[in-house]
Amino acid sequence: MSNLIKFKIDGKECMAEAGKFIVDAAADNGIYIPTLCNMKGVKPKGACRICSVRINGRLMTSCTTPVADGMEIESNSTDIQDLRKSIIELLFVSGNHFCPACEKSGNCELQALAYRYQMMVPRYPYEFPMKPVDASSPRIIKDQNRCIFCKRCIKTIKDETGRSYFVFRNRGHKLEVVLDEEMGKTINSATAHLAMENCPVGSILVKEKGFDTPIGKRKYDKEPIGSDIKL
Amino acid sequence: MIRNPLEAILNSNKREEKTMSKPVVATTSLAGCFGCHMSLLDIDERILTLIELVEFNKSPVDDIKTFTKAVDIGLIEGGVCNSENVEVLKSFRKHCKILVSVGECAIMGGLPALRNGIPVEECLHEAYIGGPTVQLNKDGIMPNDDELPMLLDKVYPCHEIVKIDYFLPGCPPRADLIWDALVALVTGDPMKLPYEVVKFD
Repeated sequence: MSNLIKFKIDGKECMAEAGKFIVDAAADNGIYIPTLCNMKGVKPKGACRICSVRINGRLMTSCTTPVADGMEIESNSTDIQDLRKSIIELLFVSGNHFCPACEKSGNCELQALAYRYQMMVPRYPYEFPMKPVDASSPRIIKDQNRCIFCKRCIKTIKDETGRSYFVFRNRGHKLEVVLDEEMGKTINSATAHLAMENCPVGSILVKEKGFDTPIGKRKYDKEPIGSDIKL
Repeated sequence: MIRNPLEAILNSNKREEKTMSKPVVATTSLAGCFGCHMSLLDIDERILTLIELVEFNKSPVDDIKTFTKAVDIGLIEGGVCNSENVEVLKSFRKHCKILVSVGECAIMGGLPALRNGIPVEECLHEAYIGGPTVQLNKDGIMPNDDELPMLLDKVYPCHEIVKIDYFLPGCPPRADLIWDALVALVTGDPMKLPYEVVKFD
């Protein structure tokens, strides 16, 4: 292939097709850069900043930055690792993430990242905000306590005419991702299950579905998130 | 296997027994469910090694109610939900060289902290007057005996009340994690943290 370019991640020589986003190019070279709001097949938005890397002394989100020829990327240095850990900790204290009581525990990407970065306790004080749980839809529970505003549901869960089932409401600290009241009444089972699957945390739950995988057999029980990215 | 290094620890301790006293451990359950203490018992036969290795002081394990000496390691289960919890936690900080938050409740309040964000008055009303399962409390009496500890406005993680030195997550923390932590603290060796052992549930 003619459009292969060379670049470096933490000093390691890498090759990728020009124009690929750094996070994907890194994965092609067996290097894992953590992501949370990013999803395969969805236009990246750089919302959560967990994939931050340093290029030319500047922090950039690797899910939105295309790789360029000769680029030197710093990803695994101590301060960047700590920055990522601090983002995870902020997400834990700013919502109400009661892992022991969460249906998504063991399959949750936020929790898996906390495991990967060995978060024993967040360095920030817990906020314990008061958040509602919307169970008005016959198929879905939208628990605002756990929402991290990644927009993955908004971008991926749509009806046949392209309308999103989920939408942002309010702004600033009142911001929430809600299920459209009318559309929530008619959402079909397959779409509801996809919504639960695409949610990185336990904010979207399908009704009448609970803890069906035993502890020890869940996605992140044995292997850290990102273990699939290897050469 | 895990046992061999332990026997080595034990033997080295036995040799020094005449000159050194055993490390002292104290434990308590604040706003917890005793699940973390159950998990401590879940170290199975290693408990025999443990009682060789350390001495227990104030703890539900041996039913010693008050501190009788200076303690090396204090294990705290549960968050801080009332005035008695504050008192016990502060007395642990005073008597223990090292304090460890054991489990989700001690670290972040856990299930009792689900009430955080709801005013205490509303919680009490739901529990004793307005709740659907309340039947016999026709006079609407709320617990008000002076002996009863006061509820706090919310459930606090232990490290927001006193300084905590180490944190062992889990609900409960895996027995292997508690064991590894105790051995590391007693021997001074660095602690191993295998991926499968550090979990939040």
